[in-house]
Amino acid sequence: MKRDLILAGVGGQGLLALAAVIGEAARSLGLQVKQAEVHGMAQRGGVVQSHLRYADAPVHSPLVSEGCADLVLALEPMEALRYVPFLSPNGVVIANAAPFVNIPNYPEEEAIRAEIESLGRAHLIDAVDLAKEAGALQATNMVMLGAGSSSLGLGEETLIEAIRTFFAGKADSIIETNITAYRLGVEAIANR
Amino acid sequence: MPQLLLGNEALARGAIDAGLSAAYAYPGTPSTEITEYLVKSPEAARGDIVCRWTANEKTALEAAIGASYAGVRAMASMKHVGLNVAADPFVNAAIAGANGGLVITAADDPSMHSSQNEQDSRLFTDIALMPCIEPADQQEAYQAPAVAFELSEKHRIPVLLRMTTRLCHSRATIELGERRDRNALSLPEDPRRYILLPVIARGSYEHLIEQQPALIAASESSPFTEYIEGADTSLGIIACGLAYSHLIEVLDPSSEHPILKIGQYPLPEHLVEQLVNTCERILVIEEGYPYVEGKLRGFPLRSEPVVHGRLSGHLPRTGELNPQLVADAIGASHPTAGTASTLPAPRPPALCPGCPHIDTSKLLKEVLSDYPETGKVFSDIGCYTLGALPPYRVIDTCVEMGASITMAKGASRAGLHPAVALIGDSTFTHSGMTGLLDCVNENANVTVVIVDNLTTAMTGGQPSAADTRLVSICKGLGIDPDHLHVIEPLPKNHQENMATLKAEIDHDGPSVIISQRECIQTARRRKKAKPADGGAA
Repeated sequence: MKRDLILAGVGGQGLLALAAVIGEAARSLGLQVKQAEVHGMAQRGGVVQSHLRYADAPVHSPLVSEGCADLVLALEPMEALRYVPFLSPNGVVIANAAPFVNIPNYPEEEAIRAEIESLGRAHLIDAVDLAKEAGALQATNMVMLGAGSSSLGLGEETLIEAIRTFFAGKADSIIETNITAYRLGVEAIANR
Repeated sequence: MPQLLLGNEALARGAIDAGLSAAYAYPGTPSTEITEYLVKSPEAARGDIVCRWTANEKTALEAAIGASYAGVRAMASMKHVGLNVAADPFVNAAIAGANGGLVITAADDPSMHSSQNEQDSRLFTDIALMPCIEPADQQEAYQAPAVAFELSEKHRIPVLLRMTTRLCHSRATIELGERRDRNALSLPEDPRRYILLPVIARGSYEHLIEQQPALIAASESSPFTEYIEGADTSLGIIACGLAYSHLIEVLDPSSEHPILKIGQYPLPEHLVEQLVNTCERILVIEEGYPYVEGKLRGFPLRSEPVVHGRLSGHLPRTGELNPQLVADAIGASHPTAGTASTLPAPRPPALCPGCPHIDTSKLLKEVLSDYPETGKVFSDIGCYTLGALPPYRVIDTCVEMGASITMAKGASRAGLHPAVALIGDSTFTHSGMTGLLDCVNENANVTVVIVDNLTTAMTGGQPSAADTRLVSICKGLGIDPDHLHVIEPLPKNHQENMATLKAEIDHDGPSVIISQRECIQTARRRKKAKPADGGAA
């Protein structure tokens, strides 16, 4: 059992929370985990990415090598394309379909959609709509967790328990909203 | 069950478990989470650890030296450029020595993710003749403080703990160990050791030099140093710190190359000698400067053995390492990268919507447009540095902490007008106050705009040392109260704020405008902290 993931997004989208939940799920199964993340200046609306690796054997480097990622899970479509060189030949791309436009030269949305769809094992998810349906726009990251869950090899119960652990101390309604968002993500990918 | 901790958090936990009593720091990426972890720890809440954010790195280290003098284990943490600020106490603490274990943690930022340079803190140990520990992974980052404190107390010398961005900011599953008790108070055996009068310092410096062989021996037997024998002596590999983790990642398990893993300095000379004498070619893999490689190459005409690394071009001269680069350097195979998409556009960091710096940047841009040739904004380190980017493009310089006021003063005295300094509240108390005193004493024609968002925002909202005392600090430094204003940067105040700024630019002498409004991020967190209101983090 070994997974190399790239998580991609924009500062402020909840990428570190997404990474923390997956990392916690892997840890709770007794797997070895290494997860590199971005802190500091880039968190101000810039490019944010996380390399997340786990295995049932020692994991050495905190960085995923190019050509090795089993999954690029992206909270934003253009950010998904940024990490295509990291994909392994069988790697999967799952991206939130809603662009986060905070730059003047953001590419044509249709061009991004077309390029992602041309990758083969790639899925665009209307995660923002599903997060709103779950009850909070901020739960978009948990929708994407659900959408990516079948590629993670961690099991649904483990992931839901990790969501509970991550949000421990928050109101029950917040935890339930995030779990609902997760389930909507699972359904969205299953229905494709 | 192992815990999942950032390298920085593992180091902080390791320091607590090693009996830490005092921790001081100024925030700076990638070092900040060390002290964030300590500040939030139950040990700090109970008062077992005195843990404080300080005005700057120099005051942090000096407080740690004082705690060490009193016999307890103390740590000062900072980013690599913070060590420049703390260089004076750093170098002289090595001569004065340590009583309680004294550790200085410096986090280097190769590739300059959030910094203006990628200087390598190991070079400071050559000036200070101080030992250094460099963990290879998060588990070692957890163990490093205990080893560093023991080394410090055994040899009565401070120890540098060097981290690098990827280790600071990556999580791993960590096995925690036993917790050691904190030291009781005790005074230095030699009461005059900390009085660095020349007559005493000369003897202390001799003693420091005499200690070096023992420190080299400690590096050789360090738990972070390992010599791995191998039959294929066509190549010997030296890997320092995190580079060792990348190496093991890409190394063919059947590889027979001898490897020297270095995690402690001064260089384990005998082990290096053993490798050099055994192998035809040496490859040095290290994060940061070609520090070890440079020492091995010696005089450039010496041809044997061949030493390769960043200087020879086998690894890039700049930037952080990754598994692909290491694989290429050792000739290991690795998967080929997929074809990059040409669509993604750069997405630089930006000021948050609603940020007070947006209003101050617009204010400066409009007023300075009256002086298109000579009007310059000497800026500083903080979120407001992003005013360099479109659409603002309002600042002209950003060199190092505090340089705004003093550079503006120098340019003004050289004849440039208007010379505006733009500095944040935390940067002002870090190292802007002394420069403002110079401005007052020279009656320099400088307009200083202090953007006071009441926090240290760029690093995540640590408390600002000024608290709410900026007005009284500026008055105390001698700024004429008639030329000291507090404005609120909001669109509705734009015209009035323009008039204030224009009048002070016209005033011949130093003036200060405090542009004060709370950081939008800390304001949001403060509101959120009261009732729970839904949503993912």
